[in-house]
Amino acid sequence: MTLTELFLLFLSSIFVHNILLSRFLGCCPFMGVSSKLKTAQGMGAAVVFVIVLASLMTWLTYNYLLVPLHLEYLYTLSFILVIAALVQFVELALKKLNPVLYKSLGIFLPLITTNCAVLGVAVLNMNEGYGLAAALVNALGSSLGFLLAISLMAGIRERIEENEGIPDCLQGLPMALITAGLMSIAFMGFTGIIK
Amino acid sequence: MSQNNFRIITNGILADNPTFVQCIGLCPTLAVTTSVANGLGMGIAATFVLIASNMVISLLRKMVPDEVRIPIFIVVIAGFVTVIEFLMKGFAPELNKSLGIFIPLIVVNCIILARAEAFASKNGVIASALDGIGMGLGFTIALMFLGSIREILGAGTWLGNPVVSFEPAMLIVLAPGGFIVLGCCMGAFRAIQARAAKMRGLGATPAEARPAGCGSCIMAKFCNKTDEECEVK
Repeated sequence: MTLTELFLLFLSSIFVHNILLSRFLGCCPFMGVSSKLKTAQGMGAAVVFVIVLASLMTWLTYNYLLVPLHLEYLYTLSFILVIAALVQFVELALKKLNPVLYKSLGIFLPLITTNCAVLGVAVLNMNEGYGLAAALVNALGSSLGFLLAISLMAGIRERIEENEGIPDCLQGLPMALITAGLMSIAFMGFTGIIK
Repeated sequence: MSQNNFRIITNGILADNPTFVQCIGLCPTLAVTTSVANGLGMGIAATFVLIASNMVISLLRKMVPDEVRIPIFIVVIAGFVTVIEFLMKGFAPELNKSLGIFIPLIVVNCIILARAEAFASKNGVIASALDGIGMGLGFTIALMFLGSIREILGAGTWLGNPVVSFEPAMLIVLAPGGFIVLGCCMGAFRAIQARAAKMRGLGATPAEARPAGCGSCIMAKFCNKTDEECEVK
């Protein structure tokens, strides 16, 4: 891929194919951890970190382990194991090396193993047949898209909390889902920027 | 079938419906309900994995050390997901194509891991299989319900047959429609539950009397369960 193509891939993975609002990956944390801006940003940062690392590791696993051994069909099993091990390892390493960062990201790390965005990006990279550079760019773009969408959502939800006119039955999650729908409409506006 | 076994099944369909009550497994719910057929396909695939993994995990429950149970559960689940992926590729290639990456992503579907952790690791094989059937049916029904609404309003068809005379709104089938339809359905489900509780003269448990873990639960407002009865947390 040329540099221009990589840049376009980066933009499209942030805006056009936003991982949350157009691909529906990682909706559980998007709904669960988005009621406070600060925690949402912490979660988003942890996701960026893990998705980029996990994409690197799963790409290496797939291309240097599964393909030579003709075990491609075991990708689901091996990817999820690589991701689970990686998350554990990152947690340990952060605890030792950077306690400050650990304090702000640590609580989100165990949640990330079952975040389908991580496995989803790894599988997407594999399906699209991306090279290492493209896979990493796609991972970085997708996870930044996650950070962007969850931060926007948390900002909006903090404002919604102050609003008293919402009917009982719509408070909380249903209202958040409808808000996400409206955000998704706004993000559809980016569709035209990349052919 | 004994009373108790019957209740395990209906529990998953109504009282603890994974989509509308427990609100887990949102990603596949939003992504595959663009049509009834996709919703049904995803529901069947997830039900198969749920029943099979629940049974195996229930059989293994006494052998697995507590510290490593989650990785072991995930490996069992991933094994069955690989099986269903092969079956779909062989017997329903069209469906496999339209569900796309959401088939491998069944591994990280919280419903399956949650049932393994909350039910199968504590109960016998038959009860676990029934729980898998109940939860799977609850999930499938929810997916088909949402799929029907989106397909009828967004494409004007049901299972591919034209059913409406008005101009369908494409938006409902696209990504925003998924969020909005699910939000509205969840709101309606909660409104109906609240009304039913009121008619039975129960009313919601006051906030102070509720167990501690309910702060973030979406059903907290309408829920009458005590700490032990709660399966959501």
